[in-house]
Amino acid sequence: MFQLINGPQTLGATRVFWLPFIAVLAAVLLYPAFADGYDVGNMAYLLTWVFMAMGLCLVWGYGGMLSFGQTFFFGIAGYGYGVAAVNFGGDAGTTFLALAIALCLAAAAAAVLGYFMIWGRVGGVFFGIVTLSATLVLAFFLGQTAGPEWHIGSARLNGFNGMKDMAPLNIPWFGDDPLVFDGIALYYLVVGLILAVYLGLRMMLNSRFGNVIVAVREDPQRAELLGYDVRKYQLATFVIGSTLAGLSGVLYTSWGQFITPASVGLPAAAMPIVWVAFSGRGDITATLVGSFLVLWAFQTITVYSQQAALLLMGAMLLCTVMVAPQGFVIGVVQAVRRLFGRRRPSKEQAAPTASTVQEEARA
Amino acid sequence: MFAEIFSFFYQFADVFAFLILSAAGLAIVFGMMGVINMAHGEFIMCGAYVTVGLVHAGFPLPLAQLCGTLAAGLIGVAVEWSLVRKLYKRPLDSLLATWGLSLIVTQGMLLVFGSTLTGVGTPEGSFVVGDYTFSVYRMVLFAAAVAVLGGIYFIFMRTRFGVHARATMQNASIAQATGVRVGRVYALSFGIGAALAGLCGALYAPTMTLIPTMGAAFLVEAFVTVVVGGANVLLGTAPAGILLAVIRTGLNGWGGQIVGQIGMLLAVIVVIRILPEGVSGWLARKTR
Repeated sequence: MFQLINGPQTLGATRVFWLPFIAVLAAVLLYPAFADGYDVGNMAYLLTWVFMAMGLCLVWGYGGMLSFGQTFFFGIAGYGYGVAAVNFGGDAGTTFLALAIALCLAAAAAAVLGYFMIWGRVGGVFFGIVTLSATLVLAFFLGQTAGPEWHIGSARLNGFNGMKDMAPLNIPWFGDDPLVFDGIALYYLVVGLILAVYLGLRMMLNSRFGNVIVAVREDPQRAELLGYDVRKYQLATFVIGSTLAGLSGVLYTSWGQFITPASVGLPAAAMPIVWVAFSGRGDITATLVGSFLVLWAFQTITVYSQQAALLLMGAMLLCTVMVAPQGFVIGVVQAVRRLFGRRRPSKEQAAPTASTVQEEARA
Repeated sequence: MFAEIFSFFYQFADVFAFLILSAAGLAIVFGMMGVINMAHGEFIMCGAYVTVGLVHAGFPLPLAQLCGTLAAGLIGVAVEWSLVRKLYKRPLDSLLATWGLSLIVTQGMLLVFGSTLTGVGTPEGSFVVGDYTFSVYRMVLFAAAVAVLGGIYFIFMRTRFGVHARATMQNASIAQATGVRVGRVYALSFGIGAALAGLCGALYAPTMTLIPTMGAAFLVEAFVTVVVGGANVLLGTAPAGILLAVIRTGLNGWGGQIVGQIGMLLAVIVVIRILPEGVSGWLARKTR
């Protein structure tokens, strides 16, 4: 199982990678001890988006399908969680049922949409356009659900104002009060989930499944001739990636106890693409690190001006495409490797995959 | 009875004009050139803003619309020259770059001009059929959509530039070898596409609220029409426009605007499942 973590499809297979990894992990785990509660809650909020970025990295970087629809699944799961949590009440345990329902909704939506696109052989650009229109349809639909007739059970959708006051995630705990996941508890929940998802994705990507989806991205026809049912692999990738976007949606809704159609629409849909393109879509670690850095930087800028942040986001995307098409984090990694590469040529033989694969993914 | 039929046709014409005018520019840039232009909506916005700005400055509406079209076209040539030119072999990157451009323009406009611009009001004029009253301007839009289709046909099938353009899109290196100035053809084609987007914005400027994000309203309609139309612009865009307009008009009449909008996009997903190459691919196979 552990050799899968260090496979050819992911960067960072040597001790040089794992030592800092453990250091970063320790810093992340100790962070709440040194920061005040507000900052920790804020950090938890930032980290909720990372799942969406990793899902997009899987679908786009590894699967070769550029999905604009990440916020579609984000919205479906976010609203799904809201509706379920309001209807079940906030009692301990039921919120995790709501979480499960929300993730299933996102996965089911991905399966249906994915079926139509993948079995219809909607490739390349068209994939992006269909997922984008799905996203805009959802935002458009949610935006006009202001009237009282738009309700599911006791949950009102409230149009542009969005849903509010659903219970945050909580579980039964010692004593009488349940453990509510907000602040520090939410932070640890999110960090734990990120660790699990990240390591899980690494193992998946280096397993047979991961190698096949990379083969499909490189040359679908060849993969098909080798006897793989390309469509099933693509659909599975798409569903997993979309469910991760759904997980982001649930955590976001639980974090702020609100969700609005604005988190589904066009500017929101641009965000995951910017994070992943900037970081480097070819590698899951690059996406994780880069997305966090971008989110963190923009959190700081947004405090001053929302519009300026979006302006900068656009500039960053443009700059990435023109200057470093494979992403800045991967660019930095390669520069570092070139510096130290000469000393350990033998151990680096697996390394070029992510970068060479990048070149071809663009073609 | 005649009035009802005309009313349906009127609504159909309205939707058809909107789809065709949104899509015409994109059909050239995306359908022919293969550049995924996510900034298409911003060219539309540019046409609309220039038009409204000039009307406020005292220009007559048609002249302002012409200027709006030209302004979008010129900006289109500049964008092609500075950005898109480098991305012809990387279609997905052209998508990202133009999307970045779109974000910059939208947010920049928001910062510079604020959230809304005072509109100019739809030109008056209406006519009566049976018990119903119809706006003349909507018919003007329909006529403009048909004229745009005719214009594209004329430019690309009946002029020297059109021959060069089609040759370049087919195979740029061979076209270049035979003496076509490929760079200029690309820039001009992109410019025409942008100008058509600007025309769309100019024509719709009097009918809608002008906000910096207005381009998004057109973008999806445009892409959907071009995607359903398929690769061949001349054969695909018009039939796709008709097909989608019929679906949408029918659904509008049955369940209102929202059902129409959502139903049309769902229909698109089904159409793509059945006709992966779009209407033009299907027509090409039928007529072969």
